[in-house]
Amino acid sequence: MTHQPNPTGIGAALKRKEDPRFLRGKGRYTDDINLPGQSYAYFLRSAYAHARIKKIDTRAAKKARGVVAVYTSADTAKLGGLPCGWLIHSKDGSPMKEGKHPVLAEGKVRHVGDPVAVIIAETLAQARDAAELVEIDFAELPAVVDMAKAQNKGAAAVHDVAPDNVCYDWELGDKAAVDAAFATAAHVTRLELTNNRLAANPIEPRAAIGDYSSATGEHTLYTTSQNPHVIRLLMGAFVLQIPEHKIRVIAPDVGGGFGSKIYHYAEEALVTWAAAQLERPVKWTSDRSEAFLSDAQGRDHKTVVELALDKDGKFLALRESTLANMGAYLSTFASVIPTWLHGTLLAGQYTTPAIYCNVKAIYTSTVAVDAYRGAGRPEATFLLERVIDLAALETGRDPVELRRLNFIQPHQFPYQTPVALVYDSGNYQATMDQALKAADYAGFEKRRQAAKARGKLRGIGVASYIEACGIAPSNVAGALGARAGLYEAATVRVNPTGSVSVMTGSHSHGQGHETTFAQVVSDKLGIAFDQVEIVHGDTAKIPFGMGTYGSRSIAVGGSAIVKAMDKIIAKGKKIAAHMLEAAEGDMTFENGAFKVAGTDRQKSFGEVAFSAYVPHKYPLDTVEPGLEETAFYDPKNFTFPAGTYICEVEIDPDTGAVEIVAFHAADDFGNIINPMIVEGQVHGGLAQGIGQALFEHCVYDDAGQLVSGSFMDYCMPRADNLPSFNVATSVTVCTHNPLGVKGCGEAGAIGSPPAVINAIVNALKDYGVTHIEMPATPQKIWRAIRSAKKK
Amino acid sequence: MPRVALTVNGKAVTAEVEGRTLLVQLLRENLGLTGTHVGCDTSQCGACTVHVNGRSVKSCTMLAVQAASSAVTTIEGLANGTELHPMQEAFREHHGLQCGFCTPGMVMSAIDLARHNPEADETQVREWLEGNLCRCTGYHNIVKAILAGIKAMLGNAPRGKSAKSRGTSS
Ligand code: FES
Ligand code: FES
Repeated sequence: MTHQPNPTGIGAALKRKEDPRFLRGKGRYTDDINLPGQSYAYFLRSAYAHARIKKIDTRAAKKARGVVAVYTSADTAKLGGLPCGWLIHSKDGSPMKEGKHPVLAEGKVRHVGDPVAVIIAETLAQARDAAELVEIDFAELPAVVDMAKAQNKGAAAVHDVAPDNVCYDWELGDKAAVDAAFATAAHVTRLELTNNRLAANPIEPRAAIGDYSSATGEHTLYTTSQNPHVIRLLMGAFVLQIPEHKIRVIAPDVGGGFGSKIYHYAEEALVTWAAAQLERPVKWTSDRSEAFLSDAQGRDHKTVVELALDKDGKFLALRESTLANMGAYLSTFASVIPTWLHGTLLAGQYTTPAIYCNVKAIYTSTVAVDAYRGAGRPEATFLLERVIDLAALETGRDPVELRRLNFIQPHQFPYQTPVALVYDSGNYQATMDQALKAADYAGFEKRRQAAKARGKLRGIGVASYIEACGIAPSNVAGALGARAGLYEAATVRVNPTGSVSVMTGSHSHGQGHETTFAQVVSDKLGIAFDQVEIVHGDTAKIPFGMGTYGSRSIAVGGSAIVKAMDKIIAKGKKIAAHMLEAAEGDMTFENGAFKVAGTDRQKSFGEVAFSAYVPHKYPLDTVEPGLEETAFYDPKNFTFPAGTYICEVEIDPDTGAVEIVAFHAADDFGNIINPMIVEGQVHGGLAQGIGQALFEHCVYDDAGQLVSGSFMDYCMPRADNLPSFNVATSVTVCTHNPLGVKGCGEAGAIGSPPAVINAIVNALKDYGVTHIEMPATPQKIWRAIRSAKKK
Repeated sequence: MPRVALTVNGKAVTAEVEGRTLLVQLLRENLGLTGTHVGCDTSQCGACTVHVNGRSVKSCTMLAVQAASSAVTTIEGLANGTELHPMQEAFREHHGLQCGFCTPGMVMSAIDLARHNPEADETQVREWLEGNLCRCTGYHNIVKAILAGIKAMLGNAPRGKSAKSRGTSS
């Protein structure tokens, strides 16, 4: 078979289809949508982290100018709570403790920002003004902020169902084997570290518009979501008890998500519900301050990790114990992040034979914590890559050599780890070599000396990450507690003139699916790129969908499209065989044409499509007219992107200021559909990971107030904080999906924090510094230098 | 309610607004020009950047009434029919956008930089972008796009005047 290279197919760095509309200001984001007769919702939120609601008086607010309605839990208590999608069991077998997450606070508030009432008015300004007239009598309760203190006897309980604030106490791995290995180890390295809490902060704040038609009984929700079908399912079945066929959820253009727009939020359910009560549209748009108090946040682990090594530096065992902050309520995927998306990654790229992990999830009086780009995997990578570097320092080994000594070797795949995963493919030495070469690792000492002559401390840091993505095989996920399947769906509709519409359950909010998915279709069907349209983000148009998160779009969503195209081709062969009076078994399909093998007789894709819709000379007895197929793809395994990142920093010892002078990424994402888009994904992930390492932190005071709750206080990475990145890829093909792809969305955010911190610790090695907590602010570094000087 | 008259993208417009109405609200809500975005409430993100009398301004920091009699250009006013402005084209060429939400502000800000400092190097571009946040791109490709966009703007007209002539009316 000859396959002619397709200039718009897989592997081409095509410019994006979505760009012209965004560049012209013609995107259509949720807040850009205005419905006739719409009203505006304003959420009145708690200023206390923990308080009993004694009384709410809404009478004055209800009478205020322009006010349409004021609702409190007295109106919404009959609605269901916002559900959590994953049941985790504690090590004693008991199910996690789930307190109700009401759409409006019932009886008490559990974090600053917890919504207490919603005011709906003709204008947003009127709703805001009326909110001032709502009188709430709060009885303040002690806030629970620190995860260790939260478990103390006598600490206030966030939820009555969890009197000690422990949601679950989970474990993974063979504890006895790990303990035995530690007992005989030549060296044990121990490190306590914090994975700092972050705000996802997509630049588009969340927004939601509810609409209702009394004529059809249909509810419509426009929302800033990464997964509209998931929202329809959770909101319809659990919160509002509306059958799914009466709910349409539209997630139009969405301005970034990074995890924070996966979850089903109270505001979505409330505008949908209120629109039906009022029989008019209700619109809500978050402002940034509100986002800091209501969007689920990420990370927030306190960890003790220990690594046991033999005398040659071989890893014998790893032991981890973590407190994971859940915040005040269990968000949609909160429970699975520190468990199955974290503990299972602790083998990293290494042959560590025994691993044990214990994670206690703690309720606190803070905003809910859930997945943020990487979700569990950055936390695993950070502790692993930090403890390895520290072990190298303690045992006088080069951190690169120590990693190399323990890498899983190419011939060992498929590789069963001691923490439940089977890696299908990889070549860790190859990505590491690629990064070392790009970074001129061998020449670093010279650069360090040159920097020293300029009065700067220069350091280099290496981190090798692995992630499990392409989430997830439904049977595996189900056995681990998932309350949903994790396949993806696609419909490929070939139109009578041969153009193709693809309805995909994946959702694009910056990833460029309209381009990459069209490349896959152009490649497989041999038709022009501009003849392919990708449709997403509307439950009325898409068969079904689990959405976009966990770097799953191309691996799972793309595979569903390929499966649907396979069915199209199979049917096309039947039609073409009839047209060509040949046997179906003799038909081949290549370069956009159905051919009788070994002859020059052929029908183009367009001719076959036309025949399917104008079936005059058509095998009507055996083949239905039309050319449209739907497929659901359930992945056979996770995919395992991996790579090595190298960061080089210079520190000013007088101020503690860090400059990243070089950053090199070498990734293996399997096959790549559009290298331009893949590079962009890596850049964005790196910026977020560097942001975590150096700048970002959600800081709560003892009273549970978020003190970094605006862009003035929460330090977002800016252009002048970051370098240009040097990004390269190499390929080992994923062995179990039809495109051989692994996914690339989260890697940058996973591998970069330890690379940065390793570089900083390396720069400070003459001061005896062994660890710096994130974010590594100038103040922390300056203090570390100063306290070393004092000694 | 006060009445404001101004020029937006070359067209004379008038609107009745409350005194507290921001320029960005006038553009988005009264005029339906939703290409200008709102990403924060502390004047940090720059998603709302437009040109007022040829200079970039965060339209969330200005009252609508303050823009009376001004010439405002928004992202919708840049392209010449089907032909993108060279800065828009450079963002497309260099993949300087992902979700597109920060993009209008980035492009408007970048065009002002071209006018302000047509010789800008990478460091200066990064410093100029201090008031524009992007959460998607890591800025790498935005910086590349702006450097290329400035070149393209200069290339379209005699040096010195070029940026102005391909910028927005002042
Ligand atoms: S909306 Fe104007 S600066 Fe953020
Ligand atoms: S492209 Fe999404 S915020 Fe910049």
